[in-house]
Amino acid sequence: MIDEIGAARETALTQVAAADSLESVTMLGTQLLGKKGPLAQLKTKLGGLSTVDEKKAAGSAVNEAIQVVTAALEFRNIELSEAALAARVQFESIDLTEYADRPTRGHAHVVTQAWERLEDVFIGLGFQVAEGPEVETDWHNFEALNMGEGHPARGEFDTLFVDHAPAGGQPGRTLLRTHTSPVQIRTMLEQEPPIYIVAPGRVFRRDTPDATHMPVFHQIEGLVIDRNITMADLAGTIEAFTKAFFGADFSSRLRPSYFPFTEPSAEFDIQRPDGSWLELGGCGMVHPNVLIAGGLDPEQWSGFAFGFGIDRMAVMRHQVADIRDMYVNDIRFIEQF
Amino acid sequence: MKILLSWLNEYGDFADPTNAVAVQRLADVMTGLGLEVGNLEFVGDTVEGVITARINRLVQHPDAAKVQRVYVDAGDGHERHVWCGAFNMAEGDVVPLATFGTVMPNGMTIERRGILGIDSEGMLCAPDELGLGSDHSGILIMPEGTPLGIPYGEALGVQPDILFDLDVTRNRPDCWGYVGIARDVAAQMGIEFRQPKPALAADGDQRSAPVELIDGDKCGRFTSLVLSGIEIGPSADWMQRRLMAGGMRAISNVVDVSNYVMLELNQPNHAYDLDTLGGGGFRVRVATDGEQMQTLDGDSRSFTPTDLLICDATDRPIGIGGVMGGLNTEITEATTTVVLEIAWFQPLTVLQTSSRLGLRSEASARYERGCDPYIIDTAQARFAELLRETCPNLVVHAGMIDARGPGLPEPERSATVRVMEINRILGTQLDAGDLPGLLDPIGFTVTGVGDTRRVAIPSWRPDSEAEIDVIEEVARHYGYAKLGKTVPKSTVHGALSVRQQRRRQLRQLLLGLGLSEAMPNPFLAPDTLSKAGLDGPTIRITNPLIVEESVLRTSLRPGLLESIAYNESHRRTGLKLFEIGHVYPPGNGELPDEHEALCVVMAGSQAPAAMAVWREIANTLGVGARVDQGRVPPGLHATRSAVLQAGKQPSGAVGEVDPGVLHRFGVNERVAILELNLDEVLGRPPKPAAWKPVSRMPSSDLDLAFVMGDDVPAEKLERAIRQGAGNLLVDLDLFDVFRGAALGEGRRSLAYRLRLQAADRNLTDSDIADVRRGAVVAAAKLGAQLRG
Repeated sequence: MIDEIGAARETALTQVAAADSLESVTMLGTQLLGKKGPLAQLKTKLGGLSTVDEKKAAGSAVNEAIQVVTAALEFRNIELSEAALAARVQFESIDLTEYADRPTRGHAHVVTQAWERLEDVFIGLGFQVAEGPEVETDWHNFEALNMGEGHPARGEFDTLFVDHAPAGGQPGRTLLRTHTSPVQIRTMLEQEPPIYIVAPGRVFRRDTPDATHMPVFHQIEGLVIDRNITMADLAGTIEAFTKAFFGADFSSRLRPSYFPFTEPSAEFDIQRPDGSWLELGGCGMVHPNVLIAGGLDPEQWSGFAFGFGIDRMAVMRHQVADIRDMYVNDIRFIEQF
Repeated sequence: MKILLSWLNEYGDFADPTNAVAVQRLADVMTGLGLEVGNLEFVGDTVEGVITARINRLVQHPDAAKVQRVYVDAGDGHERHVWCGAFNMAEGDVVPLATFGTVMPNGMTIERRGILGIDSEGMLCAPDELGLGSDHSGILIMPEGTPLGIPYGEALGVQPDILFDLDVTRNRPDCWGYVGIARDVAAQMGIEFRQPKPALAADGDQRSAPVELIDGDKCGRFTSLVLSGIEIGPSADWMQRRLMAGGMRAISNVVDVSNYVMLELNQPNHAYDLDTLGGGGFRVRVATDGEQMQTLDGDSRSFTPTDLLICDATDRPIGIGGVMGGLNTEITEATTTVVLEIAWFQPLTVLQTSSRLGLRSEASARYERGCDPYIIDTAQARFAELLRETCPNLVVHAGMIDARGPGLPEPERSATVRVMEINRILGTQLDAGDLPGLLDPIGFTVTGVGDTRRVAIPSWRPDSEAEIDVIEEVARHYGYAKLGKTVPKSTVHGALSVRQQRRRQLRQLLLGLGLSEAMPNPFLAPDTLSKAGLDGPTIRITNPLIVEESVLRTSLRPGLLESIAYNESHRRTGLKLFEIGHVYPPGNGELPDEHEALCVVMAGSQAPAAMAVWREIANTLGVGARVDQGRVPPGLHATRSAVLQAGKQPSGAVGEVDPGVLHRFGVNERVAILELNLDEVLGRPPKPAAWKPVSRMPSSDLDLAFVMGDDVPAEKLERAIRQGAGNLLVDLDLFDVFRGAALGEGRRSLAYRLRLQAADRNLTDSDIADVRRGAVVAAAKLGAQLRG
C-alpha cells in the first residue's frame, strides 16, 4: 500500500512538473486531487488494511502525498504565471524615442509670465492687485496726478488722444492712459485706506517703435497709503521687492528725481551681485495734491508709490535683443518661453 | 547739461580733474543730489606727436583741385611738405602738425603717404581731430606768436579735464547753470561756494533804450542796457575752450559772452545792434494773428496772439520772447554799440510758443522751466565784466531801463515747515535745530523758533512753493541713503481678487489645452474691422503715429487672424492661439464701453473644436450659456456658428470664421473660433460645487439610438433624455452619429449610452424599463424616434 501511494505521488509530481500552461495546471489539479483522482482512490482503500498501525501509516502517507502534490501545483502555477508575465513584458518592447510627437502644451506670452511673477511677489509682500480702464479721462491720467492743464511734464508723456467725448462733455479730454498711475486715483476714490495695491497694466505712448520702445507696453505701479507711511518704508519695500524678485544677493537704492505726482521723488536702482547698478523705475511719497484728488486728507494719511516697466523685466530675463519681437506673435518666438 | 569740471571749480574747490578718486566722489555727490551723472568723459588729453608749425607757402597743384600743398616750418630748420584738404589758413599762420607715427584719437596712424606721387610729411589738424570740440570747418589756427615745434596742447594751455553730462530734472531749473549746480554740490560737500557777484557800474553818459512793456503778465521783467565801444572780434581763448567743451560754437566776443553768462548764471540774454533797432527802443507785446518774422535760424515764422513778441520802438518784431531773436538786428562785424536785453518771461508762454513753433533754443529750454528774475542785475554786470576782457574801450552807459510787469514773481516767498511733518514723511528723527544746516547753504533760509519754522524760498527755485517742497530739499541734503529701510506692517492680506484668480484659472486651462498666448496690436487700420465682417462704430485715435494704427479694436479677432496669416506665411500652420485683452467699443458714458475679452482661434480645426474649448471653460469656471445656432454672429460661418447667450446679453460666440473673412485676411486654413466677454464670464462669482455622494451600488448601461431631423439641436435631445430618464441616469454619452439614405434626407441617428445607478440599492429590470420608457417618451416630443 505504502508503495502504491509512493508511486502515485511520484507519477503526480512528474505530471505537475511537465505541465506547460496555466490551464493544464488547473486541469491537473482537478485530475490529481479530485474525488476520482489516484490519491483519493487510494484513500478509499485504507479501510481494507488489516492493522491499525498499517492504517495509520498509509493514512498519513496519503495525506502527505496530497499536501506535496498541492504544493507542487501551486508552485508550478506561480512559476508559469511569472514566466507568462515576463514573456508579455518582453513581447511589448518599444523604442520610446520613436514617439517624438510635438509637445501640446501652450505657451503664455513672455509679458504675461513677467506680469504674473511680479504680481506673485507683491502678493507675498501683502499687496492686492488693482486694475483700471486703458482708455482714461484727462483728469485721472493727468490732472488728479498734479499735472493740471498746461503742466510742462504733460508734454513728456507723448499722449495718444481718442475721439470719444462723454455726452455733454468736452472733446479732446479722453486718452489712452500713458501710465498705470490713474489706477492710484481710482483706488483712492473707491476704497478707504489702508491701501496696499499694485496695478499692472497696459499703457500707451505716441512713440515710434524701436528696439527698446513700443507705443503699447506694460507697467506695474505700486501704491501704499496708510497712517505714518514714511520714505524709509518706501526704501524698505523696494528693497524687499528687489530681494524677492531678483534674489537675495541683489540690493537697491533710491536717488533724488522728479515726478509731478510724488514728492520727495526718487529713481530706484538695483545693484547686481557683481556691483553694477541698473536703473529700474521711479517712486516717491504720494504728493499731497494727489491725496487730495483721491479724496484723502494729507494730514491724516501718507503713502508712497512706485512704478516700472513689465516688458523690460521680460527683456532682461530672456535677453531679448529687440522688444518688437515680443509683439510680432510669431509662434517660433512664443514657443521659446 | 554738460558741465566742465575746471569751469565748475571757479565756484568752489570741487575736485582736481587729475584725481580720479575725487572726481568719482564728486560724481557720486551729484547723483546723490538728483543731478544724475549720465556720462563722465575725460577731455583735455592731448595727442602726442602733434606739434606747432608755421605755414611758409601755400601752393595749388594743377591736377588736384580739392587739396593744396602746404610748406611748413616746425622750428627745426627743415621745411616740410604736407597735402591739405582745408583752405582756411594763410601764410604765416601757426597750425598743429601731426608728425609721422602719431596715433590720432580716431585710431589712424600718420604715415608717409602721397598724392600724385608726391609724399606728405604729416597732417595738419582741425579742432575736432584733436578732440577739441566738434569744429571741422578748417584747420585749427593758433594764436599769433605761438612758438614753433612745441606740443600743441602746451601752446594752447590745454589741461586734463572732466566733462560731466548731467541729467537735470524738470524741478531743478537752477541747475541749467553752473552756479546752481555749484551751490547745491558745495552745500552737500560742506565747502565754500564762490558766487560771482559783480555789481553794475555805469561809466558812460546817460543813454537808454526805452522799454514799453505792454503785456507785462507774460513778461515780468525786461531790462535794457546800452554798451558802446565794442570791437567785434574773437573772445578769449579760455572762454572759447569752455564753450566748445560743452558743445557750443565760438562765434564772436559779444555772442560768446552772452552764451557764457547764460551757462554760468542760467540767465539767457540777447544783444542787439543799437543801430538796427528802429526807434532805439523796445515794445513788448503779444503778436497779432498771422504776424510774421524771420528768426535767427533763417526761417520765417508766423504767430498767434498767445505768442509774446519783442518789437523795436517802431513796432517791428525783432524777437520771440524767450525763444529766439530775429535776423534783422543781429550783431555784425561792424557793430560798435549794443543793447543788452535781459528779461524774465512767463514759463508757460515760452513753453507754448516754442512747442507750437517746434522751435527749441537754449533760451527757451531755460525760460520754460523758470529762471530767476532777480539774477538779472548780476547777469548785466557779469556781461559787461566779461566783455571788457576783449573790449578794453567798453563803455557801460547810465540809464539802464528796468521795466516790470504784473507777471513778475514775488521776490520773497516762504513756506511754513513743521519738523513733525518732515519726520512723518521721511521717517527721520530730525529736530528744528538740524534744519538751518541742511537748508541755509542752498538758500532756503530758516527763521523762527520752535518746531514750526519759516523757510524762505529762493527766487531761483520757482518749482518750490509748499512745505512738501521744502521737505524734499531736506531729504536731498540729509541724503536718501541715510533714510533707512523699513517695511510697513501691511494690515491688508495680499491676494488676487476672485476675478483675477478666475482669469488665471482660465489662462492655465487654455495653456493646458495647447493654446498659446498672443498679444496683437490693439490699434487697427481703418478697414480692418470691416474686413473681419465687424462693421460698426469705433473709437479713433485723433493723433495716431500712422493711420494703419488709428482705430481702437472692438474685437480681438482681427489681430489673431493676422497672426495666423503671418505664421502661415512662415510655414507654420495649425496654430492654436488665444488672447485675453481689452476691447474698446464706443459708449455713451464718461468712457467707452471698454471691457475684457477672450478670443480663441484654432487654425485647421473645425467648429466642434471650439465647442470643446467652450465646454472646458464652462466646466472649469462654472458658467453656462445657451448655444444659439439660430443667430449667426457677424463675420462667422453662417451654418457653423452660434451665439452664446447667458441671460439677456450674448456673452460670446463660437464656431468657425466665415470663409470670406479668412480669404480677406489671407488665411488658408479653416479657423475654429471662440469669443467671450470676460466681464460676463469672469465677473460672475463662482458657485462651489455641492457634494453628491458617490454610489457604491452596481451600475448598468442602456444604449438608445434616436432618429431625428437635423433642424433640432442634439443638445435639446440630450436635455430631453436627461429629463425623461430621471435621477437614476448618472451619465449620458453620445457615442455615435449616423446619417444615411435609409434614414432620409436631413435626418440622422444619434446613439447614446445611458449609465444608470441608484444611490442605495441594486437596479431591477423594471427600473431599467422605466428609464427607457421615460427617455423614449421625452425624445418623441421632439420628434425623435427610437431606432429599431
